[in-house]
Amino acid sequence: MNNRTLRGKVAVAGIGETTYYKRGGSQDPEFVLALKAILAACEDAGIDPRSIDGFSSFSNDRSDPSRLSAALGMHELKFANMQWGGGGGGGSAAVANAAAAIAGGLADCVVVFRALAQGQFARFGQGPKSSGVSGDPAYTIPYGVMSPAQMFAMRCTRHMHETGVTRDTYKAISLATYYHAQNNPRAVMHGRPLSPEKYDQARWIVEPYQLYDCCMENDGAAAMVLVSAERARDMQRTPAYLLGAAAGSEHRNAAPCHNAPLYATSSFTSLAPRLYEMAGVSAEDVDVLQSYENFTGGVVMSIIEHGFCSHEEANQFISYDNLVAPSGKLPLNTSGGNLAECYMHGLELIVEAVRQIRGESTNQVPGARVSMVTSGPMVTPVSNCIFGSEETL
Amino acid sequence: MSNNTFYLPEGLPSPMATRDGIDEPYWQGLRDNQLMVQRCNDCQQWQWGPEWICHACRSFDIAWSEIESKGVIYSWERVWHPVHPALQEHCPYIVVLVELPHANNIRMVGNLLGDAQQDINIGSPVTGVFEHHPNAKTPFTLLQWQTV
Repeated sequence: MNNRTLRGKVAVAGIGETTYYKRGGSQDPEFVLALKAILAACEDAGIDPRSIDGFSSFSNDRSDPSRLSAALGMHELKFANMQWGGGGGGGSAAVANAAAAIAGGLADCVVVFRALAQGQFARFGQGPKSSGVSGDPAYTIPYGVMSPAQMFAMRCTRHMHETGVTRDTYKAISLATYYHAQNNPRAVMHGRPLSPEKYDQARWIVEPYQLYDCCMENDGAAAMVLVSAERARDMQRTPAYLLGAAAGSEHRNAAPCHNAPLYATSSFTSLAPRLYEMAGVSAEDVDVLQSYENFTGGVVMSIIEHGFCSHEEANQFISYDNLVAPSGKLPLNTSGGNLAECYMHGLELIVEAVRQIRGESTNQVPGARVSMVTSGPMVTPVSNCIFGSEETL
Repeated sequence: MSNNTFYLPEGLPSPMATRDGIDEPYWQGLRDNQLMVQRCNDCQQWQWGPEWICHACRSFDIAWSEIESKGVIYSWERVWHPVHPALQEHCPYIVVLVELPHANNIRMVGNLLGDAQQDINIGSPVTGVFEHHPNAKTPFTLLQWQTV
């Protein structure tokens, strides 16, 4: 089978977001948030919402594609896809699955979306209220390991032990992300800057994470319209072409009860080479990176596993100066990301990656041509993707 | 039995064997002061957590075998922010990931007994302590750890 690639075949032609709220802040029900983001993306793309013919999402999104299709009066539904696995690891995979459907002829206009009202449904950051647990949770929850921070802290502690990465490196990620949010009026933390002192003095959540190492919990929705590259060229917005994508995790990453052979990883070790091979670029070619932050320590591992620096170089390379746009060597999370813009399960990071290709970010990297996303460190499956401008094709 | 015999207070979700029975020997073993883990009868690999098939050789002939509850600290965390009502007044507490070198380096999650603010060192040897909850609605036993 020849030409098994997504490179240059599909583009993002429209993006849409609702207002982003602190959890509980949305007056709109979650399904309405989904509808509003989808309609905003259609307006941005300049298409009739009835011409959508597919949906792709992740993390068991509650807004069912058939209900969306009926509610929007779509002519026909051709593709309804859910990437398995919890957390934000499916964000880039949802884009890849939509693109694969378009490239393979299953559908023509697929919307990738995520709607999340943590104020209306269960919060990710709280433990279960049940009286009993069985299966994998039975090996951790009775010992007080039940929130995502508690599930992933030991991976990061082990990584720090093996590599010598320090919390100053975690701090650089948090400070750069908050800096970017101050230029982004959409960001929930806009107008609430973070200083090194404030970071240091914050309370512990679970060692090695303090408060500002952890993502927020929010209400909102985001959506993207994907069409073929040929069609995108004739539409009103500058296309962001998908150059490559990968999903999955390394050998036995999901071995139960923290028994992954490669424990101190963000799960990307086997994905990064596949991504770069499909995209036809290397880490040196990446102009700007959106890296999912459930916790800062996972971003450190993601940056290393994608070849931007080695374990040994991490404390020097992952610095505030290197991470801020427009001057840094690797501008990171230029909208404020999960820490400071909105925890839209990382889809807001993918929307921002598209904005960088369009030249429309509030923290624009001048002339950005190669814009990369990593989705959901430390979970499985994780995923990643790279967008390129017309000249990268 | 009073609360202070348990590392964490009562009120957290109780562990129960899965309905398909895969881990019943483990939970029964703990109640009998025995640490039971899976071992493949064909290739002799130890395996944890429990699964119906051996990940090393794909054999379904998996046995349960008692091993000594000792190991070394592979990683740890100290929890300061409670995310369950039962833990509101019980932070901080320490969680350890313990590696068992005598069983293919399988790892187990538990609490590290003693002062919650103690220094913790990766590589330190620890030994298992069976924490029985006989008065729970469905009685169960946890495996805790203490430094040697």
